[in-house]
Amino acid sequence: MAEQIHWLYRKENRPKLWAIQITILALTLLPGLFIQVHHHFPAERFSLDTSPGFFAWFGFISCAWMVALAKFLGRFIKRDDTYYDA
Amino acid sequence: MLKPALPPMLGVLARPVRETAHRKPIATALTLLALGSLLLWRLFPPGLVMILGAALIPFVTAETRRALVLGLPILTLVLVWLVPADASLSIGFLDARLAPVHATAEGRLFATVFAIMAFAGGLYGLGQARPLEVTATLLYAGSAIGVTFAGDLLTLFIYWELMALGSTTIIFAAGTARARGASLRYLLVHLLGGVVLMAGIVGHLVETGSLALTPLGTDSWPAILILIGFLVNAGAPPLSAWIPDAYPEATPSGMVVLSAFTTKTAVFALLMVFPGTEILIWIGLYMVFYGIIYALLENDMRRILAYSIVNQVGFMVCAIGIGTELALNGAAAHAFAHIIYKALLLMSAGGVLLMTGKRKCTDLGGLFQSMPITAMHGIVGALAISAFPLTSGFVTKSLETSAAADEGLLIVWLLLLAASAGVFLHAGIKFPWFVFFQRDSGLRPAEPPQTMRAAMWLLSGLCILIGVFPGLLYAILPYPVTYRPYTFEHVMTQLQLLLFAGFAFFVMLDQMKRTLTISLDLDWFYRRSFHALGLRLADRVASAHARLEGRARAATARLIDALAAHNGPQGALARTRPTGSMVLWVAIMLGASLLLYIR
Repeated sequence: MAEQIHWLYRKENRPKLWAIQITILALTLLPGLFIQVHHHFPAERFSLDTSPGFFAWFGFISCAWMVALAKFLGRFIKRDDTYYDA
Repeated sequence: MLKPALPPMLGVLARPVRETAHRKPIATALTLLALGSLLLWRLFPPGLVMILGAALIPFVTAETRRALVLGLPILTLVLVWLVPADASLSIGFLDARLAPVHATAEGRLFATVFAIMAFAGGLYGLGQARPLEVTATLLYAGSAIGVTFAGDLLTLFIYWELMALGSTTIIFAAGTARARGASLRYLLVHLLGGVVLMAGIVGHLVETGSLALTPLGTDSWPAILILIGFLVNAGAPPLSAWIPDAYPEATPSGMVVLSAFTTKTAVFALLMVFPGTEILIWIGLYMVFYGIIYALLENDMRRILAYSIVNQVGFMVCAIGIGTELALNGAAAHAFAHIIYKALLLMSAGGVLLMTGKRKCTDLGGLFQSMPITAMHGIVGALAISAFPLTSGFVTKSLETSAAADEGLLIVWLLLLAASAGVFLHAGIKFPWFVFFQRDSGLRPAEPPQTMRAAMWLLSGLCILIGVFPGLLYAILPYPVTYRPYTFEHVMTQLQLLLFAGFAFFVMLDQMKRTLTISLDLDWFYRRSFHALGLRLADRVASAHARLEGRARAATARLIDALAAHNGPQGALARTRPTGSMVLWVAIMLGASLLLYIR
């Protein structure tokens, strides 16, 4: 008896999954337009953190940057996983 | 080399524990221990309960062993809370005073979570862990609790080294060749750390005449040595690699236990002795990003989580460096929460390892279909480590980031924020995704045994309990807490940060494809470079030896030849002479003497 492919793995559901994710992301951004985030650094004249969506793009960019850095470092430090067994 | 490692280990693990129906010894042992320690409760070091109990394990029946494994941590937990807040037992030793039972709020907090972990780890390993591992676990956990009640550096050191022995034995008990190698490397690193720590303690005693466990500056060499000794156990650079090298070679239950104690006692020691030491901020930040980058490159699921330990301890070390009351509360609370959710993550990973025998992300995937419970617990742990609202990470890690903001440390705050997103990236989403989802590997393992599931339920429950009722944890923190984690703004900004980090993960999924690789680390120096140097040295010594030996042989041969030339059969000294020539010589000598006399 062939097992049915779980709906998460079906090709036709891919776009739906992306749509759900993007909806959720939009929902988390929404309240930021109406409420004012407090200054974390009132004395340092740094006010970027109060702009709407700061945490969202900061999170995205720092992650993208870390993946890129890991990828770059990986070129130098990656070895076969039997490296130390020889 | 890799191949034979796992199946025999699992075979040993799966060996059923013999059942016997003797209940008497449990009762006697437990009552004796309980009575003995309760009678002396003002003076009895709570850590000793498990250390003494560990000594019983090899001699009792399987039934009693189970009772001890579960009963001793509970008894310890009770004792931890019975020690009066101002208790300090003082014993004279040589010229110094030792304080083996010294109650502090920080110590009690750490001892509490250590006892909980000893119980949960014991429960998880019931029927799986061999007696050697169980014994080592109790010794290890008991010594960790001993550290938290140490009022002086010497007591701390003794428990510190006992922990190294216990943890090495846990790794060794996995029984594979890889585990044996890893346990020896682990022991070497910890012995090195121990020697540095001891040198610092002795220097400090000579300099100040005191062994008391009080905050030190970093203005003297002994204090710096003590700091280095502590940092080795915290997994700080340059010696971070021992964590991902050694822990993942332990058994599933072994690694759960290992993740809890060594690095967190180091956090405790730093918290007590070096609060507000600025260098710790930068060391902590290095550890935070080191953990993320290496975990992103890693393929072995338990090594991902091991790198993530370094990352999380980095947050705590950084907070200790900031050193305000809020920051120190944050470090302590984060350690408490971290021990629980990291153990939960490792229990989930350990369940997968036990049931599939596979540990690499490239071999796994799609397991949520046949292991939904294990997957769910893994996800709870992942949400907690990422600090999602309603989990323990959310209410503890935010104390640390707020402390950075309150001190006006803008760069530190931005880096911690980026790192918080990175935690979701490397552990919170990468671990569950590659193990339980991604592509379907076709594996359909069953759920792990019931005791393992029970341990996971316990810790999942704690992660959410602390997340929903943070007041329970805040009440036992070292300093009063006025911080409120649940504001609309905090929940919203945290969700933005994390969900967009998750978005980055899926957008860049192609960049994160797992490969059959490991990543070189500074342990390359002692595993490869020093090894190669050692081999070359051995070569040189061997060839020098061969040359010297050759010369000595040649000289001896020459001596023998010379002797043979003179004394051998043809030698001048050994030549036999014919009788005639003797007569001739006698005649000549007689003639000569006649001539002499005649004159």
